[in-house]
Amino acid sequence: MEESGLSVSADSIRVTEVTADGDALIFTITSQKLNSDVGICVCRTFEDFEWLQQGLFSQEDVSGLQGIIFPPLPGKPVSSSQSQAQAKALKQLGFLAMGEDWKSYCKALEIYLQQVASHSTLSKNKALDNLLTNSEPPGKQRVHKGIFSRLSHAMVELRKENHKDLDDFFQNERNNILNTTHFSKAATEKFLEVVLTEQRLAVACGHLSTSLHLCVHQDDPDAANFSKICMKLSEIIDTVKRNFEKVADNNLSTLGLGLDMECRGQEAKKDMLFRRTCKLVELETATKSAEKAKPNKKAVMEEVKKVIQKDFENLSSIAKEEIGRFNKSRVTLLRSSLVDWCEKQLHTARENQELLSRQLEACKTLQCD
Amino acid sequence: MEASTERNPPPFPDPMDRETNSNKLEEESDDEGEDIFTGNIKSTSGTPVNQIPTDIFTEEGSGTTLQSHRVPQQDANGLRSDDDQDLFAEATVELSIDKVNNRERKEMTRPSPSVQDISFKSSATNKSLEEWEEEENKDKFELNIAVTNPEKVGDGMNAYMAYKVSTQTTLPMFKSTTFSVRRRFSDFLGLSEKLSEKHSHHGYIVPPPPEKSVVGMTKVKVGKEDHSSAEFVERRRAALERYLKRVVSHQTLLQDPDVREFLEKDELPRAVSTQALSGAGFLKMINKASDAVNKMTIKMNESDNWFEEKFQEVENEEQQLRKLHTVVDALVNHRKELCVNTAVFAKSMAMLGTSEDNTALSRALSQLAEVEDKMEHLHQEQACSDFFLFAELLADYIRLLGAVRNSFDHRMKTWQKWQDAQNTLQKKREVEAKLLWANKPDKLQQAKEEITEWEAKVTQYEGDFERICTTVRQEVLRFEKEKARDFKIHIIKYLESLLLSQQRIIKYWEAFLPEAKAIV
Repeated sequence: MEESGLSVSADSIRVTEVTADGDALIFTITSQKLNSDVGICVCRTFEDFEWLQQGLFSQEDVSGLQGIIFPPLPGKPVSSSQSQAQAKALKQLGFLAMGEDWKSYCKALEIYLQQVASHSTLSKNKALDNLLTNSEPPGKQRVHKGIFSRLSHAMVELRKENHKDLDDFFQNERNNILNTTHFSKAATEKFLEVVLTEQRLAVACGHLSTSLHLCVHQDDPDAANFSKICMKLSEIIDTVKRNFEKVADNNLSTLGLGLDMECRGQEAKKDMLFRRTCKLVELETATKSAEKAKPNKKAVMEEVKKVIQKDFENLSSIAKEEIGRFNKSRVTLLRSSLVDWCEKQLHTARENQELLSRQLEACKTLQCD
Repeated sequence: MEASTERNPPPFPDPMDRETNSNKLEEESDDEGEDIFTGNIKSTSGTPVNQIPTDIFTEEGSGTTLQSHRVPQQDANGLRSDDDQDLFAEATVELSIDKVNNRERKEMTRPSPSVQDISFKSSATNKSLEEWEEEENKDKFELNIAVTNPEKVGDGMNAYMAYKVSTQTTLPMFKSTTFSVRRRFSDFLGLSEKLSEKHSHHGYIVPPPPEKSVVGMTKVKVGKEDHSSAEFVERRRAALERYLKRVVSHQTLLQDPDVREFLEKDELPRAVSTQALSGAGFLKMINKASDAVNKMTIKMNESDNWFEEKFQEVENEEQQLRKLHTVVDALVNHRKELCVNTAVFAKSMAMLGTSEDNTALSRALSQLAEVEDKMEHLHQEQACSDFFLFAELLADYIRLLGAVRNSFDHRMKTWQKWQDAQNTLQKKREVEAKLLWANKPDKLQQAKEEITEWEAKVTQYEGDFERICTTVRQEVLRFEKEKARDFKIHIIKYLESLLLSQQRIIKYWEAFLPEAKAIV
């Protein structure tokens, strides 16, 4: 067993910026050494994060590993100025692909690292410390898939999903998780539509503002009044445009991000519950085999069954803890998203009101005769 | 002569009637009036300004006498203060007697002597044009119009919408101060047709009526009680109101008895053949007219750049407004999209809230759903505001610019008529010369009579042309002022609606914040 692993404080981890290197993105991660003023700065690519995640999945010496709800890693970022690639990125990453300079994506990575770093078990993994502190990037070693890679939901697995549970608590959790993942995904998608529409509105306002600009006649004195009015209106529409941009930006950087994290978190929880269900099925199969085994094999089968049972019970107890931890952390995350969202929108709304009031005053005094 | 009996100031309604009659009489030659008229003019030309006599062709020309006539009409109605009457006293003392008959008067007798008179007159009426413009801004009498209460009358395909047209006014020309009538769409079209017939060939910019819509009305007739037919009715109601407001803000049109009748009379005879004057029909008519005139334009020796420049401006402006209208339309559609998406999002949040275990979070999410729902309503209102304040305003002005072009076209036609008359006169003179040579006394007599007839026509048409030039100039200036004012009013309304929206948004956020903070 390695000593308690992380040499930096979880709260200090930041993903401060991202630079493009051809098609790849390079993330700058800063953190502070525990109990010290020393700061550390490293550069990592997405593959390095994947390496970490795989490493966490494949820890063989951690008992009940499968009961852990793993902090979800965001999807692979696609950096390209081509609109096709952008559309694809939007589809795959949703809110994380939006905003300027990958701000939301960086925040999501940051949250991921913080979550791993604050997890009592996961933080002990050397790979994390390595990622955060080592000046050299982790090797591009082939990551062996570990006992459970991304499990595909083939028809066989789906049957397992519906397998009745022994424990009411878990049965309840499994019943709810389907609804929760469904609703949070729907909410995220609908919110994304809202934000995209707001951005489209901003563009339309821009067109209107420009067109109004073109209506100005410089030479004709009779038309001077009308030109003044067109200019005023152009300014107003410009204000409306900037308001929409700000509102959309607020939306995606706070609630959008929050909903996205919630979605992926619930998926991670669902994965964990599924893993447990699989183990349950395994246990029940082993139990049946042990019962049906011929006397000469019976002892062996019993042993196998006992191992699996121990695994399962371990898993279940960790799972219960994890669910408690997860619920607490997600509520905190959502709360901060909602509060942040509300405060930012309130601030923007007040700013806008101020601007509009001033423009109204200016319009009223506009000489028009 | 009958003409002289028309000299006494008649009670108000008559000149109008006579005007309608006199319009039909335009073509007739009426030499008598001329002399008396010229006499009047000569006597007043001395009084006003010692300005340099302006060249007849660069100024509004002698047609300005018509314009001064209009004001005293209003004097008689009490629309203008006594000051105006004094202002125009010299120029128009006889004219006030002579009111609208002016139109049939061929006051420009013979070109040569009148040139001087004309130049004096121009300077006199130059001043009066400015004054007139100033006066127009000081509306001393009130007239408020509203179109409300659309009600479906009848059933099936014979059904129609009746609108309540309410007037509140202090103008003495109306029988009472507050009254209302019920009118249907074809009544409006009928009014518009009459006004157009009477006034547009004088160069007035007659506001075009709202557009006809077969699809929209059919839905209403069939009884489809849905959102789109309600929207259609509202759109039409607002358009009718704007139309009436524009008509009554035009001083000349307001004097028209048809307008008064429209506002006051309980039952109007059903307007028939309103096809031609509605929406697409109207535009088609204008386009046909301008196409025909465009072929003539090339030949017109435009002595006044002002008209050419203005016409070009009008065309440019129409293009710009069309572009703006398209862009505003796109904006309105995006707003509607935002409404829909916000509503859908609100629902999904509500679902999320109900499935949430944590009570405080659940409540916050449900609150969020409500906030978003309220936002959706705000977006909806804002979309309507965008639409009615801007899209419809732009559409109105695009059609109004069509009417402006129409008035330019009428000016062209008038010019053409004058030119044609001059050509005919020339030919008649040639015929006379030939007959003199050939020595055929009876035909000669006839030829001389024809020459006299055509000389009179030339003079009349020249006068018409000069009058219409002035009218068009004034109308364009009036139109531009009104346009600037109109847009300014709308922008202010728009800003106010944006502000109101913004204030409500702030309230919603302020109410939500504590809910979000209460999450544990």
